[in-house]
Amino acid sequence: MAAYDVNGTAVEHDEEGYITNLSDWTPELADVIAKAEEIEMDDERWAVVNFLREYYEEYQIAPAVRVLIKAIKKSMGPEVGNNKYMYELFPYGPAKQACKIAGLPKPTGCV
Amino acid sequence: MSEDVKKFLYVNRKAPYGTIYAQESLEVVLIGAAFDQDVEMAFLDDGVFQLTKNQDTKGVGLKNFSPTFRALGDYEVTKLYVEQESLDERGLTLDDLQDIQYEDEDDDWAEKPSIRVVSRAEMGKIMANQDVVLSF
Repeated sequence: MAAYDVNGTAVEHDEEGYITNLSDWTPELADVIAKAEEIEMDDERWAVVNFLREYYEEYQIAPAVRVLIKAIKKSMGPEVGNNKYMYELFPYGPAKQACKIAGLPKPTGCV
Repeated sequence: MSEDVKKFLYVNRKAPYGTIYAQESLEVVLIGAAFDQDVEMAFLDDGVFQLTKNQDTKGVGLKNFSPTFRALGDYEVTKLYVEQESLDERGLTLDDLQDIQYEDEDDDWAEKPSIRVVSRAEMGKIMANQDVVLSF
């Protein structure tokens, strides 16, 4: 099985790049996954990733995009919490790509 | 809402972990709600156990998905009907169930309880009032 390399430690992922064991996640791993996705992590992207991890911790699911954007709008304001900006941060979809970086399973309802 | 929106009721009759039905039902509910359908849920028979507090699945080696019910409000699923007779027959009361709330957009985002305990007769009327009833 394919794996990410975090300072010499292998972290297994599936064929789409989602990590196999959710407890393998570390912030260093997030940087490695982001690099593989050609994304530069900054404060805003970290805020999204951290929100996703907290949401998963509390509810045991990754939120749908609509729910994610509504929550980000509430916590960070409408200039970040809107569809267009979120897709600028994560071009392949805020739910799909940010969940991957956050070490969560692929969101429910994503094909 | 457009005229194409149908009223869906997902009826849950099974205990949460003996079969996959409960978890699959919840998954379908979340997907349906994401497509802007009008979704409500009903819990009767052993299905009322799905909403109980303090579930611990370590012994059975399955994921405890009960926290996900508390996310339903985010998906605008705000009506979880629980049958009174089913609770009574199992020695359960509303206090044994999780506190599940939603924010009411039309009432300044006030938090309100999603669980509504209804009688068997009321449950019949609720079912009769749906476009689609799916049983799990």
